[in-house]
Amino acid sequence: MVTTDDIWKLLEGVPDPEIPVLSILDLGIVRDVTLEENSCTITITPTYSGCPAMKYIEEEIERTLSASISLPLEVKTVLSPAWTTDWISESGRSKLKDYGIAPPENEVDKSVLFAEPTVVPCPRCDSSDTKMVSQFGSTACKAQYQCNQCHEPFDYFKCLK
Amino acid sequence: MEEKKALFEYLLRLGDDSLILGQRLSEWCGHGPILEEDIAMTNIALDLIGQATNLFEYASSLGVDKRSADELAFVRYEKDYRNLLLVEQENTDFGYTLARQFLFDAFRKPFFEALSQSSDQQLAAIAEKSLKETKYHLQHSSEWMIRLGDGTDESHERIQQAVNQLWAYTEEIFEQDQIDQQLIQAGIAVDLSVIRASWTKQVQAVFSEAGIDLPQNTWQQKGGRQGKHTEHMGYLLAEMQFMQRAYPQMEW
Repeated sequence: MVTTDDIWKLLEGVPDPEIPVLSILDLGIVRDVTLEENSCTITITPTYSGCPAMKYIEEEIERTLSASISLPLEVKTVLSPAWTTDWISESGRSKLKDYGIAPPENEVDKSVLFAEPTVVPCPRCDSSDTKMVSQFGSTACKAQYQCNQCHEPFDYFKCLK
Repeated sequence: MEEKKALFEYLLRLGDDSLILGQRLSEWCGHGPILEEDIAMTNIALDLIGQATNLFEYASSLGVDKRSADELAFVRYEKDYRNLLLVEQENTDFGYTLARQFLFDAFRKPFFEALSQSSDQQLAAIAEKSLKETKYHLQHSSEWMIRLGDGTDESHERIQQAVNQLWAYTEEIFEQDQIDQQLIQAGIAVDLSVIRASWTKQVQAVFSEAGIDLPQNTWQQKGGRQGKHTEHMGYLLAEMQFMQRAYPQMEW
């Protein structure tokens, strides 16, 4: 007999296709798992409106779960409440750092016009002396930074609230 | 008008604004002045096209019309598009693109803030999602307005020219008709006369920091919401719709 715990466990094995060290649970995009006698519904939410990985993630969830359970599956997408980087798990944050991507600082960058930009420590040497190169990076959810200490360029998983 | 029909029309307006500007920005792909800006503009394009997808999918689900989200996006004729004239204007140069973006972002942020309070739950959800992205867009375009306006003589001259030319399309942003009025009364739509002050404040703050003069021209061009577009729209659609026209119903 399959339980919702089993399903949550299986979902841990579904990686985010763009940052494969993170599972979709680390990322916080799985919002709900509902198990009924004859069906199983997984509710997910996109990180960004135009996230091109959603379709792929949906298929991966179906592929992973159908290998272990025989119930008819439905993967549902909801927009509200809107995803925030606060939903990235603690283990997700440390996996990001180990992967060379600075995890989100807990504030939205307010540097526009007059305030100071958010301090983002370098994921390689931990120096706080870094600079933003661009607010937009290799995927919708990242910004580009460079460390002034070790000079390495790095991705920053930008805060979304 | 039946409320559902009015909502359908309203969703097309919002969706078309996002789609057409997303298409314009995506034209920069591989042509940006520097790599970071090439990536930034295409990232913003992706957000906008994502927003359009959400809006068209919702419109399609209302059952007012049999067309799918893709059909709404790609196989309407020019006169059936409802976007603002501002967003269909050509990219011209980087400054012109950024000025167009800034004037639009400064509107979209207070607009989505207000729309996230809509009595229509799905519309509120789309707005809540889009707002988070729009804050980054506005930050990006505001910073470039300042950098270009307060930069070299050449960059200042060009950004001022761009603002002067695009100003003719700003009055239209706040134009409202019966559809707006009907949906405002139902608590669904945003009353644009209320958010106008936020737009003006943001524009003035950035212009003042950038040393850009507020244009004095009063000539205003309107018509996008009624499907009366500028000459640039046809060329944009020819490119955007090519695949669906050449291979109808294709999917990938």
